[in-house]
Amino acid sequence: MFGSLFGRFNQGNVFPDSKITASAAIGIVVLIVVVLSLITITRRWKWLWNEWLTTTNHKKIGVMYIIVAIVMLLRGASDAAMVRLQQATSVGVHHGFMSASMFQQVVSAHGTIMIFFAAMGLMFGLINLVLPLQIGTRDVAFPFVNATSFWLFAAGALLINVSLGLGDFSGAGWLAYPPLSELKYSPTTGVDYWIWSLQIAGIGSLMSGINFITTIMKERARGMSLMKMPLFSWSVLGSMLLVAFAFPILTVTLTLLALDRTLGMHFFTAGGGGNAMMYVNLIWAWGHPEVYILVLPAFGIFSEVVSTFSSKRLFGYKSMVWAIMAITVLSYSVWLHHFFTMGASSNVNAVFGIATMLIAIPTGVKIFNWLFTMYRGRIRFASPMIWFMGFVFLFTMGGVAGVLLAVPAIDFQLHNSLFLVAHFHTMIVSGVLFGYFAGLTYWFPKVFGYRLNERLGKYAAYLWIVGFVLAFGPLYILGLMGATRRLDHYSAATGWHVMFIAAGIGGAVIACGIGVQIIQVIYSYLKRDSTRDITGDPWNARSLEWSTASPAPFYNFAALPVVSSRDAFWEMKHAKKRPEIPELEPLHLPKNTPAGLFIATFAFLFGFGMIWHLWWLALIGVLGIIMTVLIRVTSGEHEETISVKQLKEVEASLTNWRDYA
Amino acid sequence: MSEVETAVITKVTRQTEQHEADNKTLFGFWVYLMTDCVLFASLFATFAVLHSNTFGGPTAHSLFSLPYALAETLILLVSSFTCGLMILSAQNKAKRLVLIWLGITFILGAAFLTLEIREFSDFVSRGDSWRRSGFLSSYFTLVATHGLHITMGLLWILTMGYQVLKRGLTRITIRQLTLMSLFWHFLDLIWIFIFSVVYLISGGLNI
Repeated sequence: MFGSLFGRFNQGNVFPDSKITASAAIGIVVLIVVVLSLITITRRWKWLWNEWLTTTNHKKIGVMYIIVAIVMLLRGASDAAMVRLQQATSVGVHHGFMSASMFQQVVSAHGTIMIFFAAMGLMFGLINLVLPLQIGTRDVAFPFVNATSFWLFAAGALLINVSLGLGDFSGAGWLAYPPLSELKYSPTTGVDYWIWSLQIAGIGSLMSGINFITTIMKERARGMSLMKMPLFSWSVLGSMLLVAFAFPILTVTLTLLALDRTLGMHFFTAGGGGNAMMYVNLIWAWGHPEVYILVLPAFGIFSEVVSTFSSKRLFGYKSMVWAIMAITVLSYSVWLHHFFTMGASSNVNAVFGIATMLIAIPTGVKIFNWLFTMYRGRIRFASPMIWFMGFVFLFTMGGVAGVLLAVPAIDFQLHNSLFLVAHFHTMIVSGVLFGYFAGLTYWFPKVFGYRLNERLGKYAAYLWIVGFVLAFGPLYILGLMGATRRLDHYSAATGWHVMFIAAGIGGAVIACGIGVQIIQVIYSYLKRDSTRDITGDPWNARSLEWSTASPAPFYNFAALPVVSSRDAFWEMKHAKKRPEIPELEPLHLPKNTPAGLFIATFAFLFGFGMIWHLWWLALIGVLGIIMTVLIRVTSGEHEETISVKQLKEVEASLTNWRDYA
Repeated sequence: MSEVETAVITKVTRQTEQHEADNKTLFGFWVYLMTDCVLFASLFATFAVLHSNTFGGPTAHSLFSLPYALAETLILLVSSFTCGLMILSAQNKAKRLVLIWLGITFILGAAFLTLEIREFSDFVSRGDSWRRSGFLSSYFTLVATHGLHITMGLLWILTMGYQVLKRGLTRITIRQLTLMSLFWHFLDLIWIFIFSVVYLISGGLNI
């Protein structure tokens, strides 16, 4: 009776037996203790609480998203480094430094963390930072929901890291296919950590999706019809529509797997009338759109970057919009290409193969439009452009490999091989990650008020591009030679060793790139006085976010802008007659609230309870969430008023392009 | 501009802002309902795939009682009707009527939930629980997810009763009542699909 209070903690093996995992866990705990004591020593708790933890301001939420995402990116990159090291050394009579089961956990953690917590975090961070500014509004449609989304994301990220110190992590791959992920074959806490950290973060993403769709549809500046909206905002609209339609499927899929594991249901079990292929269908019905959820905003960023740094209007605006929407729709019709070998008829495979190839058309349209934008433009090769050049080169190659894989007959040979791994890394790293890096560099001054160091930024981009080719070029070849994914050891007779060593060297070059980026951030911070942006428009850019001061004040625009054309800010700058500064009115902005933080804390407790079968804790979590929501909705006014006098005081301390024009 | 004029203009802009806020919340809620629709669609899909995977256990035909499910359906339909009457009263600012209709809706919703739980416990006591087969797993999950939504709806009705009692029919409470009734009608709609797909097609006609 009493024993059930402790759930799975009774079963022994709570702490990791691997020294690497244990030291990582201890490292994290030490880091947290150091950070907390630093905050206490410098007496920053009150500041942290008022300025950050309870904030509902989209820019601060964006910054917090990016901080969590970068921490998770470093975690995922360490996992990748371990995989590279293992595969470069674990050949023939030599066995690497990881056991087979630990290797599987590391591979699974790498994929899960990079997609859900690094890429999604950077994406939502950038959208939060930029979107409201770009469409000329003061915040998102539902600022409190936005804060809750972020905290749920952070709770999921924390939960996945707890698995380093308590229990283990899933070794069933980044998408945890059953029957391997069922209780019978994965009896420990690993898969449950995977399920609940993704579920909690995923609900946050779903809420963000609804929030940003509403923001774009209802909060645009006066005069900004949809076809006058900047392309980044369009790409966010496409991406968020995908979130709204795809993430509920993920919620269901994860729930069903959890029901199988905790209540003994038979959705995906090998016996009992379950159907494992249904899981694979469901997870990819979410998973394929997810790829486009990540890459569409990156396309949007490149559209802004290319047109700004070519000092030219974007070529083929309308076709770009249609391409985004075509990709949005098509991305739902191709999920089966992830498992051509399921055993569907060749006609079914042919339909999905052709649908997959069709996606190359709108994507090709976008690539050509960017190149035509550069043609005869006045190009400045700032570091966002270097990322773009790397992207065009690598993404096109990876895309061609993708069209190849879309042929079912070829896929039968190459599925589950390193060729596939190389293909999707090309798409995700050069498409998504390079895009986000370009975006971070581009919008950094708008958030922090100074630019990042250009020279170091370029070095980092070159190291990433060269490192990427070195690390993943060999994987294409290894895939063609028959090497499958998730190999912790292979025979020397395969002749793969040289290629794996080359890939390892590529990984080291990428690591140098990451190192340079870290130095870049520190160096730029120290030298911030020399790169301060006093005009609000450091790149001579085109859209509304650059019309306000850098860093943007908490209310974004003292008076909301009125738009009459595309590239609204460009037109504003070059208009013969300067627009008059309209009379200011009092603003109504959302108040700070800790409710989002509380909801996420309870969600964390709920998740932890579900993982360790501490049912009382899970119940506390659920009741806590319900109580917090009830208190929030029944409490009174959630807005505060900024008077014209306060507004004028802040405005007087800012400078923007009007003062320098 | 005189001070009175400024005050009037400020008031008018504030009202426009509030109207836009209502509009925005309604739009956002519709988007949420669409995502919930996708959630149920996924569950319907799993039911469609697994409904004949009885694994030697009971089939849908032998398990379900159509009159029982019809009773549940009628109760929920009537509750949707009373919920509609509640919104009409809210628009007429009839606070007492709003509370009465809220109460009746709550009682009907609770009656529906009780019937559902009785049905579940009946199946479980006969040994036909969610552990029995893939079909029963998908049946319990689909119907219970709807039941969970109904539970949330009941909680929401209670909250709204408290809000209307405490604050009366303000702009904000009317907005919340509107959202709540949307939610309730949505659940009714989902139930119509459950009744048709689970009880009628799968249970009654024994396909």
